[in-house]
Amino acid sequence: MSSTDEARAAATLAARASYGRLVAILAAPTRDIPAAEDALADAFERALRSWPQVGVPDNPEGWLLTVARNRVRDALRSAAHRTAAPLTDAATVPADLLEVDVDAIGDKRLELLFACAHPRVDPPVRTPLMLQVVLGFDAREIARAFAVPTATMAQRLVRAKRRIKGAGVPFAVPTRADMPERLPPVLEAIYGAYAIDFLGGSPLPDEARFLALTTAVLLGDEPEAWGLAALLTLAQARASARTGDDYVPLSEQDVATWDRALVAEGESLLRRAAAFGRPGRFQLEAAIQSVHCDRARTGTTDWAALRRLYAALVALTPTLGARTALAVAIGRVDGARAGLAALDAIDDPGIGRFQPAWAARAELSGDPAALAKAISLTTDPRVRRWLESRGLSDDR
Amino acid sequence: MRYTLLLHYPEMTAEELGPEALAEGMAAFDAYTKALDASGVLISAEVLQPVAHTTTVSLASGTPVVQDGPYADTKEQLGGTVVIDVPDLDAALAWAQQAPPVHYGTVEIRPSATHFADGAWTAFDFQ
Repeated sequence: MSSTDEARAAATLAARASYGRLVAILAAPTRDIPAAEDALADAFERALRSWPQVGVPDNPEGWLLTVARNRVRDALRSAAHRTAAPLTDAATVPADLLEVDVDAIGDKRLELLFACAHPRVDPPVRTPLMLQVVLGFDAREIARAFAVPTATMAQRLVRAKRRIKGAGVPFAVPTRADMPERLPPVLEAIYGAYAIDFLGGSPLPDEARFLALTTAVLLGDEPEAWGLAALLTLAQARASARTGDDYVPLSEQDVATWDRALVAEGESLLRRAAAFGRPGRFQLEAAIQSVHCDRARTGTTDWAALRRLYAALVALTPTLGARTALAVAIGRVDGARAGLAALDAIDDPGIGRFQPAWAARAELSGDPAALAKAISLTTDPRVRRWLESRGLSDDR
Repeated sequence: MRYTLLLHYPEMTAEELGPEALAEGMAAFDAYTKALDASGVLISAEVLQPVAHTTTVSLASGTPVVQDGPYADTKEQLGGTVVIDVPDLDAALAWAQQAPPVHYGTVEIRPSATHFADGAWTAFDFQ
């Protein structure tokens, strides 16, 4: 490898590993994320020019932070000069930044995560924002993952960053009293990065898992953060089973394609979460995944356990999806009639156009009209083909 | 039941868009119409030239009035149409939400009243 390649590789590695840490440190004092990103981009560019000549520094992250920090300070000084604002402004704002010990860089990613998922930031942009400022994905990659035009995504991100600065969104980890209210949006946004996988083979889910793990480790004693890490790890264990040309439902996937090491890791994360004795939505969803994964060991799906878990999930978050899944589990345990009764009891007005509910009804009743309705609501050709094949082969 | 999805969005020239955004937009539209086609619900799809290339004609005043430009000059223009055949509005809505222009414009879901096929109009659906 040439020294240029080596410098490039080192810079790229540093970028992935420490992008979010550096943005967090640079943006925290001023809440100006774009300025931090510009300064960091500049530092990375300099690294690519200088490292091939002088070699990769012992502490690449510290080097990048020093250069980026100087850029932020220069920008603030020249802005203060231009506007003739009192120099104290420029001198005081970056003071925190200058005190940062580059050899012992703290981790402010949590602060950054809580800023990205702050109540004043629009919920739909929280996940893309995290992917960009914490993980360093560019707008184009994020746009592709969300199936949105790049320009649209870029515009949303710019607006969100402007809002963070303009509205004075704090870069702070909430107090314990505020945590119950503030943590769920952070976990939701991380979960969002995993959920977009269903839009088609994006590389983001594993990054979502990394974020969830980071959050769990940094917070330490939040069981739901561990629960989310467990959920995404167990889901990732089955990633290869989801990417074929044909859609295969979870209960019919070939267990040989699952990653056993990830299953074991997910289960240990789940035990860690459960040890706190404070169950929550993500822990329950992880436990549901764990029951499915257990089929690799036992050869059967424990529907009674799934029914209990879905009932607990519905009690906690009665979403249409959870209620539909509970009806399916009831159908498996107590018979189709009981399952249909549970489905009929769902009073959500959105159920009429909720594809999974029609698919469940078709499964439980064998009614071709329900199957036709489920098919008509399906826009993924893979799932559509699978449903159509049910209509032909299902002889119940 | 037939629905025409009317795709309204602000017009952008190829230069304004740039080659990357243009290619991206075309790929998104290609994937969308292929999914419609693979699902057996697609009747037709048209992407229209910008209103700079449109001409309107009217005989309403007795003499032909031919005009360059659109009937209504609005910020968002009709940029394309997709005709689909699906069982009901729920299905039409599911497909409309997948149309690329929902991200930068509006998709109007308009039920067909009747259409011409095999030499005759189908029964008119008075509503």
